[in-house]
Amino acid sequence: MSLLEIKDLKLDFGRGAEAARAVDGVSLTIEAGETVCLVGESGCGKSVTAQSIARLVPVPPANYVGGEIWLNGRDVLKMPVGELREIRGGVVSYIFQEPGAALNPVFRVGNQIKESLKLHKPEKANNAEVIRLLKLVGIPAPESRIRNYPFEMSGGMQQRVMIAMALASEPKLLVADEPTTALDVTIQAQILDLLRDLKNRLGMAILLITHNLGIVGDMADRVAVMYAGQIVELAAAGELLRRPLHPYTKALMNSVPKLSGNMDRLVTIPGNVPRIGNFPPGCRFAPRCPVARPDCSAAVPALVEVEPQRWVRCPYWNDAIK
Amino acid sequence: MQSNNVSLLEVKNLKVHFPVKTGMFSRVHETVKAVDDVSFSIAPGETLGLVGESGCGKTTLGRAIMRLVEPTAGSVFLDGEDITGMKGATLRVRRRKFQMIFQDPYGSLNPRMTVEQIVGEALDIHKLVDSSSARKKRIEELLQAVGLDALYAQRYPHEFSGGQRQRIGIARALAVEPKLIICDEPVSALDVSVQAQIINLLSDLQQQRGIAYLFIAHDLAVVEHISSRVMVMYLGKIVEAAEAEKMIREPLHPYTQALISAVPEVNPETKRQRVVLPGDVPSPIHPPEGCPFHPRCPIALEGKCSQEVPPLVEKAPGHFAACHFAGKKIAG
Repeated sequence: MSLLEIKDLKLDFGRGAEAARAVDGVSLTIEAGETVCLVGESGCGKSVTAQSIARLVPVPPANYVGGEIWLNGRDVLKMPVGELREIRGGVVSYIFQEPGAALNPVFRVGNQIKESLKLHKPEKANNAEVIRLLKLVGIPAPESRIRNYPFEMSGGMQQRVMIAMALASEPKLLVADEPTTALDVTIQAQILDLLRDLKNRLGMAILLITHNLGIVGDMADRVAVMYAGQIVELAAAGELLRRPLHPYTKALMNSVPKLSGNMDRLVTIPGNVPRIGNFPPGCRFAPRCPVARPDCSAAVPALVEVEPQRWVRCPYWNDAIK
Repeated sequence: MQSNNVSLLEVKNLKVHFPVKTGMFSRVHETVKAVDDVSFSIAPGETLGLVGESGCGKTTLGRAIMRLVEPTAGSVFLDGEDITGMKGATLRVRRRKFQMIFQDPYGSLNPRMTVEQIVGEALDIHKLVDSSSARKKRIEELLQAVGLDALYAQRYPHEFSGGQRQRIGIARALAVEPKLIICDEPVSALDVSVQAQIINLLSDLQQQRGIAYLFIAHDLAVVEHISSRVMVMYLGKIVEAAEAEKMIREPLHPYTQALISAVPEVNPETKRQRVVLPGDVPSPIHPPEGCPFHPRCPIALEGKCSQEVPPLVEKAPGHFAACHFAGKKIAG
């Protein structure tokens, strides 16, 4: 039994004629202790998928149309609210892009971490445990830092506090939604290092959401690439980066400038990312795809296992892109 | 730092200090040295990249050149003419030569103006067209130059995606046929697949029209891709400047080395040695004594780096670094 198993998740925003499908048939598993990356551009449904794991997406406007989310042996989508509260923080914890916005500005950070402990580990809700957690996430002089307000800390320190808070309940899965996007590169390197180190020491699984393929190479065991509400490619991280198969993954990798002194023209993907509710018919990448054929827009291609543990949603994945 | 050709833009010992007001009577107690004694030049048609982390002063430097903030000291020469003291109409005429494009394609376009009004405003201010038919034609040309359909002229900014809005911002800058465009993080708010479109558009326009760019960004890979030379800024000072390729291959300053090693690598075969810098960027209100980088520097020498400010000197032809131990490799 996997730690997390998302089966054919379908989520709409709005109902009836207004309904717009944001997540369309996403299936994903995460084993205990594994790091999985969810990669995609804005509006591809990666954050909504991740937030569904603890049913954090407000209903309405969202509406779960189909699918199951099995977390630690129980279906989150069928769970009563009381049980959900135990799962949230207890089994799965979240950290977000803007640590400054996620922390409460009028409470000391020590008390905010203690609040998380009170809910899940009441016997440990004391300063000693808070200091231990702050030490764990590499905050210097934690004894004095617990009395700080969030505004007295830098972005990197705030993100460390968020991580400490997420770890307080010893979750089995940490969902990190673009945890370093708002941070500087040198601070990003620190936070990624910390996440890797914590994962090894505590053995928790990480679902890391990012738009940066470089982070995938640094962090992930497996990676799922999303486009317009669907997973288009799923593979081991090294394999995918070495030899991407889906035209979108290929194009995405070619369109990022690399640090190499290479001044060649960047390969661009024409057009724009389609918006939710406005996805093109058939293969959603077809209008922007360099190898699209007329029949690509006829029907949505299936996600097929083309090689062991390599899934691609494109019947023409073997065609070379010029 | 000098380029070989006659320079289009020359910045000499530019300083921008902001007063910090604290307390009940708003007395000026301290100053932020956002830009501290920066000198460089840009040749016609050249792209100079400027990288640094948030708060290092890179945006302020760009705005001070545009005279959107007043420099505290130093001078800015454009086409050999000192524009530092210019005011009002005199300055406005010079603004035809240099324009700016901004990071936020949402905040930098007036939502109540159509694309035609946004792009045409610059034409009107500088009286570049004499009839309404010429104005219309010129706006169409500009929109086509940035890859937008001329039919879009009557639409409002909210009808466009982020990438398209950035194109409108570029068209607006191009309207006055500038010789220099200061690009302040022009692609960092855009999706990855759209970033490449804008980067290619900027290089095409440069080739067609010979525009020079000061390209400000925090993404080292993007800056290296588009620039011929790159400057690295830390706490208001230029700490290293060199040709882009040289800088990436043989960085001399430990901060540049750390920045390069911190860029996550897409290709699993080329694993760089990782150096994770300790600590945060210090507050520019209380920059450290001596070398501003020494508290985070893995090779700093107590007694030297913490006391003497290293000057920016030419260590190799065209390669400048401000470090007492420039060229020494930092260990991973």
